Amino acid sequence: MISIEGLRYRYGDRQVLALDRWRAEAGERWLVLGASGSGKTTLLGIVGGLLRPSTGRVAVDGQDLGALSGAALDRFRGRRIGFVPQKLHLIPSLGVDENLLLAQYLAGVAQDRARVAEVLGALGIAERARARPAELSHGQAQRVALARAVINRPSLILADEPTSNLDDAHCAQAVELLESQAAACGATLVVATHDQRVRARFEKRIQL
Amino acid sequence: MNLARLSLAYLKAKPLNTVLNLVLLALGVGTVVLVLLATHQVEERMGRDARGIDLVVGAKGSPMQLILSAVFHVDAPTGNIPLKEAKQLAQNRAIQKAIPLALGDSFRGFRVVGTTHDYVTHYAAELGAGRLWQAPMEAVLGAETAAGTGLGVGDQFVGAHGYGEGGEEHGDAAYKVVGVLRPTGTVLDRLVLCNIESVWFVHVMPGKHEDPKEVLASLREDEQEITALLIQYATPIAAATLPRLINSTTALQAASPAYESARLFRMIGVGVDVLRAFALLLIAAAGLSIFIALYNAMEERRYDLAVMRMLGASSGKLLRLVLLEAVVLALVGAAIGLALGHLAAEAVGGMLAAEKQASITGATWLGAELWLVALAVAVGFVAGLVPAWRAYRTDIATTLAQG
Repeated sequence: MISIEGLRYRYGDRQVLALDRWRAEAGERWLVLGASGSGKTTLLGIVGGLLRPSTGRVAVDGQDLGALSGAALDRFRGRRIGFVPQKLHLIPSLGVDENLLLAQYLAGVAQDRARVAEVLGALGIAERARARPAELSHGQAQRVALARAVINRPSLILADEPTSNLDDAHCAQAVELLESQAAACGATLVVATHDQRVRARFEKRIQL
Repeated sequence: MNLARLSLAYLKAKPLNTVLNLVLLALGVGTVVLVLLATHQVEERMGRDARGIDLVVGAKGSPMQLILSAVFHVDAPTGNIPLKEAKQLAQNRAIQKAIPLALGDSFRGFRVVGTTHDYVTHYAAELGAGRLWQAPMEAVLGAETAAGTGLGVGDQFVGAHGYGEGGEEHGDAAYKVVGVLRPTGTVLDRLVLCNIESVWFVHVMPGKHEDPKEVLASLREDEQEITALLIQYATPIAAATLPRLINSTTALQAASPAYESARLFRMIGVGVDVLRAFALLLIAAAGLSIFIALYNAMEERRYDLAVMRMLGASSGKLLRLVLLEAVVLALVGAAIGLALGHLAAEAVGGMLAAEKQASITGATWLGAELWLVALAVAVGFVAGLVPAWRAYRTDIATTLAQG
């Protein structure tokens, strides 16, 4: 699913990330560990096709990302990768359902209101479909962000610090939702975190 | 979901900005539309009124006043001229047609014109009811006059001296309506037509029950006056000689409707140009306002833009999104402006009609308005370019990580 070799990412003359080798198989659940500033977000950005590495080879789902042009990489990202960013970044001018339709539209797949209802229902927030992001509780907003990540049935889900700002009960629940949703669409799950509470739940880890 | 709905959602999310931009643009476009509609219709109307009239001869005074009073029936006449002299002039071989006009009275603001049947045929007017005048004190009404006064064939009315409402009434000398003309789209619509003798008769202020024929027969030759003579040349060469001949060798004045109209438009044109420049300035201000609003919005929306990229949007799509937003705004503003301009033209038309003047209407469209819409869209497009470029250049990963 993910295959990385000789990865280096430099920002200016500062090396932000170095990862010589990483292989993750389809359906696996991985934890990316490291202190703040260790390059976790950068790694997720590179694997998700948001950033291009300075050197090295990155392949996702059998596709060499370096071989894709800009627009092709955008398309690949929209269809195959689901992001749950740390700051959820829902579009405030759009309702919850519209945020999900937007994800379908921008990925270039058919807009399917039944699928939107299905995903919202699976996450227990069907009744919030018409709400604006500003009207949601943090927990609800996080579920919407997760719904947005899985709406297009991606093959890889990347979650950045999904449990920061959550108490223990909600922390466990958030991770469970991530796992169940990833399993529901058969996606590989990669979670970047420095949250020690999450650690025990994942067998496969890489430390940056 | 598509780019258009997304653009609308963003426009709705900032209602005050959106309204400000729309108002600025609509005011600019509306003003230009009003100016276009008014100048076009006034020019067209004046062109129709003056068509076929090469020269106007009347008493000495301001040539423009002569044209305004004798052709367009808006100003006071310059004075009267002896019928005898006018008749002599009309014999000139350079003149094909000479229509005499005797002015000075009005009825409820509609001017009474003593003339010949030539005047009616000149404007190719047709009778809608009744017949043309044959005897003194028989009158034919223009279409608007009939509608405005409510008079019809068989009714009687008394004219008033001068052109203001409430002028001194001509006692017992009552006109009888014998015909009503169909609308012609010319000044004829707003006139009361009769023969020249009627005007003379009214002005000698006869007592009760006097017979017009007797009164008119007793008129001395020097009492027989007309106000103006509308002249059509027999040959184009006449334009070079006849006006000079009249102005230098007679006590009369000759003025060219074409020349005086052009002079009038040059004078009004300054005001029209100022108004138009002001309106274009408004449109430019709207462009600047759209630019500033979008530029600031790009700053506020950089997370949205980054998220859209994250969700698979290409940078070109964001470019199109922002441009579309600017263009949608411009289109809506232009549409409101068009509606405003036409409503304003209709309102101004209503005021003019109340003054018994040639009216304008908002219920007509000009090809130039399409250019105006194109201009508004171009302004929106240009205003959106820099913000769109910023959206295009959004650094996704850094923006997302900042939160």
